[in-house]
Amino acid sequence: MRVAVIGAGVVGALIARELCRYEGEVLLFEREADVGWGVTKANSGIVHGGFHDPPSTIRARFCVRGNAMYEGLCRELNVPFLRTGAYVLALSKEELPLLEELRAQGEENGVPGLEIHSQEEVLSREPNVNPKVLSGLWSPTVGITEPWAVALAAVENALANGLELHLSEEITGIRVEKRQVQEVKTPEGRYPVDAVVNAAGLFADHVAAMAGLSEPVLFPRRGEYVLLDKAAEGLVRSVIFPAPSGKSKGILVLPTIDGGILLGPTAEDLPPEAKEATETTPEGLSQVMEGARRLVPKLPLGQAIKTFAGLRPESPQKDFILGESPVKGFYQAAAMRSPGLTAAPAIARWLACEVMTSELSLKRKGSFSPIRKGIPRVAELPEAEWEELIRKDPRYGRIVCFCNKVTEGEIVEAIRRGARTLDGVKFRTRAGFGRCQGAFCTDRILAILARELGRAPEEISQKGAGSPLVGGRVRP
Amino acid sequence: MKRRLTCISCPVGCELTVEVESGQVISVSGNRCGRGEAYARQEAVEPMRVLPTSVKVIGGELPLVSVRTDRPIPRRLIPQAMGFIRGLAVEAPVEIGQVIARDLLGTGASLVATRAVSRCGRPSLQGT
Amino acid sequence: MRGVKVDVLVIGGGAAGMGAAAAAAREGAKTILIERNERLGGVLEQCIHPGFGLHRYREELTGPEFAARLRGELESSGAELLTEATLLDLDPAGPRVRAASPKGLLQIRPKAVVWACGARERPFGALRIPGTRPAGIYTAGLCQRLVNIHGLLPGKRAVILGSGDIGLIMARRLRLEGVEVAAVLELKPFPGGLLRNVVQCLEDFEIPLLLRHTVAEVHGKRRLSGVTVVEVDEGGKPLPRTDRFIPCDTLVLSVGLIPEVRALESFAPLDPVNRGPKVNAWLQTEVPWLFSAGNSVAVFDLVDTVAALGARAGVAAARYAQGELPPARAVPLVRGENVLHLVPSALVPGEEATVFLRVPRPFPRVKVSLGGLISRNHLGARPAEMIEVKVPPGASKELSRMPEVRVEVTPA
Repeated sequence: MRVAVIGAGVVGALIARELCRYEGEVLLFEREADVGWGVTKANSGIVHGGFHDPPSTIRARFCVRGNAMYEGLCRELNVPFLRTGAYVLALSKEELPLLEELRAQGEENGVPGLEIHSQEEVLSREPNVNPKVLSGLWSPTVGITEPWAVALAAVENALANGLELHLSEEITGIRVEKRQVQEVKTPEGRYPVDAVVNAAGLFADHVAAMAGLSEPVLFPRRGEYVLLDKAAEGLVRSVIFPAPSGKSKGILVLPTIDGGILLGPTAEDLPPEAKEATETTPEGLSQVMEGARRLVPKLPLGQAIKTFAGLRPESPQKDFILGESPVKGFYQAAAMRSPGLTAAPAIARWLACEVMTSELSLKRKGSFSPIRKGIPRVAELPEAEWEELIRKDPRYGRIVCFCNKVTEGEIVEAIRRGARTLDGVKFRTRAGFGRCQGAFCTDRILAILARELGRAPEEISQKGAGSPLVGGRVRP
Repeated sequence: MKRRLTCISCPVGCELTVEVESGQVISVSGNRCGRGEAYARQEAVEPMRVLPTSVKVIGGELPLVSVRTDRPIPRRLIPQAMGFIRGLAVEAPVEIGQVIARDLLGTGASLVATRAVSRCGRPSLQGT
Repeated sequence: MRGVKVDVLVIGGGAAGMGAAAAAAREGAKTILIERNERLGGVLEQCIHPGFGLHRYREELTGPEFAARLRGELESSGAELLTEATLLDLDPAGPRVRAASPKGLLQIRPKAVVWACGARERPFGALRIPGTRPAGIYTAGLCQRLVNIHGLLPGKRAVILGSGDIGLIMARRLRLEGVEVAAVLELKPFPGGLLRNVVQCLEDFEIPLLLRHTVAEVHGKRRLSGVTVVEVDEGGKPLPRTDRFIPCDTLVLSVGLIPEVRALESFAPLDPVNRGPKVNAWLQTEVPWLFSAGNSVAVFDLVDTVAALGARAGVAAARYAQGELPPARAVPLVRGENVLHLVPSALVPGEEATVFLRVPRPFPRVKVSLGGLISRNHLGARPAEMIEVKVPPGASKELSRMPEVRVEVTPA
């Protein structure tokens, strides 16, 4: 049995990991230079409760199930996860019935613990939200994580369980004969396979077309964000939603795992070909700030350290496209719009362990270990453990990223685990993610990458081919 | 011929007018002090600059050593001086104040190291 | 964990910290300096251009030369110097300081602390400029370190946003090393850096300085391919139909320095304009055991000043640790017209002091007054240069009768 998973975002990564529970070969293909650099890299990082999705949708079903899996998953993968809870705020009388509707919808979906809180209670828990708030729907199961960290950890764990990872290798063709998948093609070669899982994110339509399928139909929905520095920590403690507008969940204010505050996203539908339109726009950024100010009027925008945009794969039916397709052996995990991150573990479990197991008669391996140990975050360790690490390797005492207190030891370990680029190091260690945004550490991370990889600094990139960090030498 | 200059002798930044005839300064106006006049007389005829740059180091903890001319050189010679400096290399260790080249392009100025660079050891990540 | 008790702990080994540690040790205080880099000197190490030392050493030095002299003075002072030791936290109860280094973790219990951590650069993201997020965008300080320390060139064609001194210095540096500098952009109607740098770094090389211009959009998917440049009005708002595309693979930002106060901000009152801790004439913050000097108090124009203030802070910290610094009745300095940065935030009656201030825009001639205490005329006031006003001990004595001193700059 040989399965190709296409796309190493959080969905593909978790599916590949589940498939590694079974005997056979699992190949994971990713067009980018690293894991989680598509949709996964730039979204809100929310593990949703499941009250936003209509009960008839596939989204609703997998969102509630996925949410319940996150604690266990993140414990196994040693990834940060925090159940912060969330409020949906009613800021006008017209919005009050919307909270009731959401609660009823959530309860029908099986979301636990939903409560409507009074103005007083909302303000006592979240003193910085708009004092005009009339009431808030409280959802205690909503959480936050780092989506890229989930994807990276899942891939690391899958690699330890036999995964074959193909980075910077784009699928260029899929050979189908007698309505059965035969092989996948890339510029590097041809790979005969028994099954293909299409988890190609924004490009899932292209991949499906290679197999002769007309579904999914996708278009990108752009979401712009503003990130505030840790100095804003505590501005809100839970995820703050506005009452829903219909199209999307609106512009939110939420804490990030490492103490920052994230504002956004916008929801701008782009033409299907704009799959790489991750630029921010003046209109988008001002929408973010206006929307966020509505929820939290005293926004410390002087503490903004980063703006960015991400694309979500949206489809006309506004729902995931999952499971078998008219082509035998071709499985879909596509149109993974919000709440894709939340649903991903449940989808992976269902697709691998229910659908594919029975159809492909997969056999459990004896040797699968679900446990992955993360790169030590020394600054979060008890002092004695950190000291012990420094004694074994003094590089764990040499701090390179001063803002987030990331050591040379952690960066070297990230490189050992597959980081090849500046962003690869950043997403694995948070080095360069802090207040100075790399002004003090970019040159030193570059030097470590060059040294560890045995390459010239000119060959080190920010995010793979075509993005070199420097252009040459002062004195060649 | 009249030329306008901004005096950079001190932070006041006087706007100077210099009258030059066939390479000779006839008059300076707009200055508030003697330094301004001296600056204008030199600047109008032959602007002089200290040149700071780097020289390649062989076998050092750093790839370069910072250098400067020990006195100002004619500004017009800077491109030529850079061409010459690009061709230089110095073996580590380098001492601060070490003369890297004498009488740069016949100006009488020496090129001196402005920092020490020790012999290899562990290549520096941070330089500083 | 290694634990030590000292009189004075200096955090930061740049010009202010070196000045402070040397002075504190010379006062007889047991002094430790921790510095996160391998080498003492701070940002001076990468500033290889001349322009330093005219006040302190009466000669013009480059940054590394100035740093080497300060290191020499420090090494003979008897202060203990720990490099590659990074501050983890500063617990005001105690006070107690933790630091990490390749040799292990360190806990220090000082009687007084001099905070001398300098400033950090405002990052690209803080500007909220629309567009892509490609490689090729550097803060000027990072660019300077890449070029001068690592010997690496950022790219082939650069645009520099912001005409602060580091931006101007980098324009010349890149140009000398063969990188084309398409333009230096400045949002304000006047340059941010020193006049001599405008002349020697831009005019000498015919690099255009576009005042009242900024970057409206960044282009390029993976590596920067260009920027859209736009003219702005008085309020910094883009003017319609003034946008144009400048191809470049490098964008260097010189858009401001911010005092580094991360470990202090929860307990030491900050000055909202300086953005560093409020200090009195002894460089003592409103937390009595905590002193601060240099760019972590406010961004200064001259390293000579920074080193001198460091020494003053070091002396005061040593005296505090030895129980010889009397509690000060500080008389606050308050901002009047045309005063931006202002150091110190308070004077101590009977103590001489120098007041440093910046104006918000250029004036050909101004009158600077400190309450009724001192008044003097000043020629050529520019935002890039700090105006210094000495308060002699005699004048300072009169302070004891004043509730506050209003600092004012009026065009003359």
